[in-house]
Amino acid sequence: MNEKKTFQRGRLVPLPTNAFIPERDLEKTPILEASHLGIDFGGLTAVDDFNLTIGRTEIAGLIGPNGAGKTTVFNLLTKVYQPTRGMVMIDGYDTAGMNTVQVNKLGVARTFQNIRLFNALSVEDNVKLGMHNAIKYNMAAGVLRLPVYWKQERIAHERALELLSIFDMQDLADVPAGSLPYGAQRRLEIVRALATNPSLLLLDEPAAGMNPSETYELMENIVKIRDTFHIAVMLIEHDMSLVMGICEGICVLNFGKVIAKGTAEDIQSNPVVIEAYLGKKKEG
Amino acid sequence: MADFFSQVVNALQLGSIYALVALGYSMVYGIIMLLNFAHGDIIMVGAYATYFAVCQYGLHPLVAVLLAVLISTLLGVLIEKAAYTPLRSAPRLSLLITAIGVSFLLENGAQLLFGADTKSMVKTPLISGTLNLGGVTVSLAAVITIVVSVIAMIALTFLVQKTKLGKAMRAVSEDMGAAQLMGISLNRTISFTFAIGSFLAGIGAVLHVGSYFQASPMMGSMLGLKAFVAAVLGGIGSIPGAMIGGFAIGIVETLVTVAGLSTWKDGVVFAILIVVLLVKPTGILGRPMVEKV
Amino acid sequence: MKQTKRIPMPVRYGINLVLTLALWGVLAAMIASGVITNYWNGVLITIGINVILAVSLNIATGYLGQLPLGHAGFMAVGAYAGGIFMKATPLGALLKAGETGAAVPWIILALLIAGLTAGVFGLIIGIPALRLKGDYLAIITLGFGEIIRVVLTNVDSVLGFKFTYGAAGLKQIPKITSFNLVFLCVALTILIIHMVMKSKHGRAILSIRENQIAAESVGINTTYYKVAAFVLSAVFAGVAGCLYAGYLGSLVPSSFKFMKSIEILVMVVLGGMGSMLGSVIAASVLTVISELLRSVGDYRMVFYALLLVLMMIFRPKGLMGTYDFSMSRLLEKLINRGKAKPVPSAAEGEEAQRDE
Repeated sequence: MNEKKTFQRGRLVPLPTNAFIPERDLEKTPILEASHLGIDFGGLTAVDDFNLTIGRTEIAGLIGPNGAGKTTVFNLLTKVYQPTRGMVMIDGYDTAGMNTVQVNKLGVARTFQNIRLFNALSVEDNVKLGMHNAIKYNMAAGVLRLPVYWKQERIAHERALELLSIFDMQDLADVPAGSLPYGAQRRLEIVRALATNPSLLLLDEPAAGMNPSETYELMENIVKIRDTFHIAVMLIEHDMSLVMGICEGICVLNFGKVIAKGTAEDIQSNPVVIEAYLGKKKEG
Repeated sequence: MADFFSQVVNALQLGSIYALVALGYSMVYGIIMLLNFAHGDIIMVGAYATYFAVCQYGLHPLVAVLLAVLISTLLGVLIEKAAYTPLRSAPRLSLLITAIGVSFLLENGAQLLFGADTKSMVKTPLISGTLNLGGVTVSLAAVITIVVSVIAMIALTFLVQKTKLGKAMRAVSEDMGAAQLMGISLNRTISFTFAIGSFLAGIGAVLHVGSYFQASPMMGSMLGLKAFVAAVLGGIGSIPGAMIGGFAIGIVETLVTVAGLSTWKDGVVFAILIVVLLVKPTGILGRPMVEKV
Repeated sequence: MKQTKRIPMPVRYGINLVLTLALWGVLAAMIASGVITNYWNGVLITIGINVILAVSLNIATGYLGQLPLGHAGFMAVGAYAGGIFMKATPLGALLKAGETGAAVPWIILALLIAGLTAGVFGLIIGIPALRLKGDYLAIITLGFGEIIRVVLTNVDSVLGFKFTYGAAGLKQIPKITSFNLVFLCVALTILIIHMVMKSKHGRAILSIRENQIAAESVGINTTYYKVAAFVLSAVFAGVAGCLYAGYLGSLVPSSFKFMKSIEILVMVVLGGMGSMLGSVIAASVLTVISELLRSVGDYRMVFYALLLVLMMIFRPKGLMGTYDFSMSRLLEKLINRGKAKPVPSAAEGEEAQRDE
């Protein structure tokens, strides 16, 4: 985990399956392979025939107009909703029949569009909850305060502060999470997700409500996280400067269907995307 | 056969009272998500009102009925205004505890004022009569109870589905904030809901007294609890659900009593509740609630 | 990393142990010297039992964020399990003969059996009930509580053995419950609950209250922890039930009505949900108030109800607010007053509020 790698911005390579992944991830199992994924709510098809492959160390973007089904895709990938159709492979494992907890243990962690922190708990406890499965002692050892408890808690404490330091939040460790300012709450959600030691980090509108300089800082941090932890990141974002700035592969969703996939350049010049989404944005 | 028929009438009679009370529970829950534990005690107050009007002051039964229903309705609204309105933005549990407190207050207040003993009604000719239905004799009270309940339920369905007020009630229960933005007065709508619920409880109280001829301070507690079970069974927040639940509980209790296990009937009612909740957590007609992620 | 100096853990535990022993010493001395009369000794025991009930319900209500309405049911299970066991043992004879030493193992065993039996019921009830959310959980636990009572009322013998004695009740249970035993049980209960809550397991339980979806997203098995919290809650209710049986010497099913569950819930809510000290204070205050109001007879319950309603209207979050108030935070402040720099309270260093 300590090995620091810096990645060149990857060139996307088309696979025979019609998917794209960065060149450097070619030899490895893709961290995520979703095929023909779909879900219906009652009679309404929210997402249909969603195919996406994400490489081991890719930063992927999921964009689309409001209501396109982006968050639903996240909910499908993390099994908050069970898909009606299709398959999700995480790290080569089929996730059929798994629940959110099991998918998390496979290496998927996420943040939420409407922030979901453990508000009454301290920032540190929020992060430690992310490490819950990595902290190893049983209830008896905890109650009896055996040495293993002290050791594990100390390690967790140190690790939590270390993770918080990514966003320079270590001094806020004792503050209740709910009392943090909005931007800090978003950052804490990312830290908490990272604490679960994921190999795929899903960020749902991480820059929402941030000003341009905060957004820029966040972009740098997302890249830093990828480079430090050697993981894949997939993000939903409306801020095009962020998406175009750091995402290697971008997937555009409209009315629950993928309308385009490719690099930032491809997407920006794609007439379908411009019509559905970017065109309006560019003029404004 | 005649015995079977009279048991069916008994079940429906009991069931319609449960249904009326369950409706009040269900409506209040639907609109402010509160388990109004005081609801059962409104029945108790209504029953005492009937008792005092008829037995102490010798009023005409019909006047007594009107009086009891009026008192119940006013009491329901008063409770809402005094105890629940100040807590509308408080945690839901606080509201629940308040409801329990109000229930305590009514029960113990009644015990203090009227004594702990059970007051027995004089059987006026209106309710002690019998009716001959195709060779089977049933009590007039049972027929009145069932008929009045069914009429009340139909009227309520009409009110909720067809009137402007009903539309406002449904809007508030769907989304309080949005309803308010559309110009619906929250306070008025909620008060109306309580008024209607308590009105039905008042009718239930009169019918209860008419059917079982007694009033006691604690009568509302188990009655209310079981009516509440009926509401949950049918699907809380649903009007037809409350009716179905009420009748179901009435039938089950009668069956258990007929089987000679009347001391077990509360247990059986709750056991059925548990089974239904486990098989279909939202009750027979309830809508599932989905949390948006 | 700014790491402020804290009092080392052994010392913290030591301070609390000393405080607990001091409280016990004072109370025991007052009882021995007759300052606390026999009557108030009984009230103290009742307070202790209620405190255990309140802090145990607080696990499910305050910490887990669910609303079980059948706590009296678990208390009943514990009371009957303990009562039946104690009647079957030579405990009664030993106590009569004054051989307290020989009775101790039996007492411990009785408490354990009561707690475990209630825990098993908690497991049986919790697994299906906790699949449901919010009010449905409340309703289903209410149902279970009532069923337990109905069963106890109607069953008096099993396989020909006189067992629970039905509505007439279980009688001639050895009276094991003394002030010392209750004090010890209260201290242990609070200690264990505190230890659990300040560990990874406790954090997981709290995370479910705070945001279940987020908890699952970070890999916390919420079903497991919900059931665990529920069982823990039931176990201590069972212990309290056993103490109750051993205090009264007889049991009737009607003492475990729905209203008893509500009474315990009121203590928790009044104290502030999720605040153990709050539960302790509220349980003590309410028990004393209800004793004091005995003199006004019929008005007592009316007062109680009014108090409840007014309290909720004017202080809906309870006496202690919603978060875990800790006695040691106060202590820490006092201690740190002498030091130059203020020390922010440490997340994991907070100690038990063992000041019952």
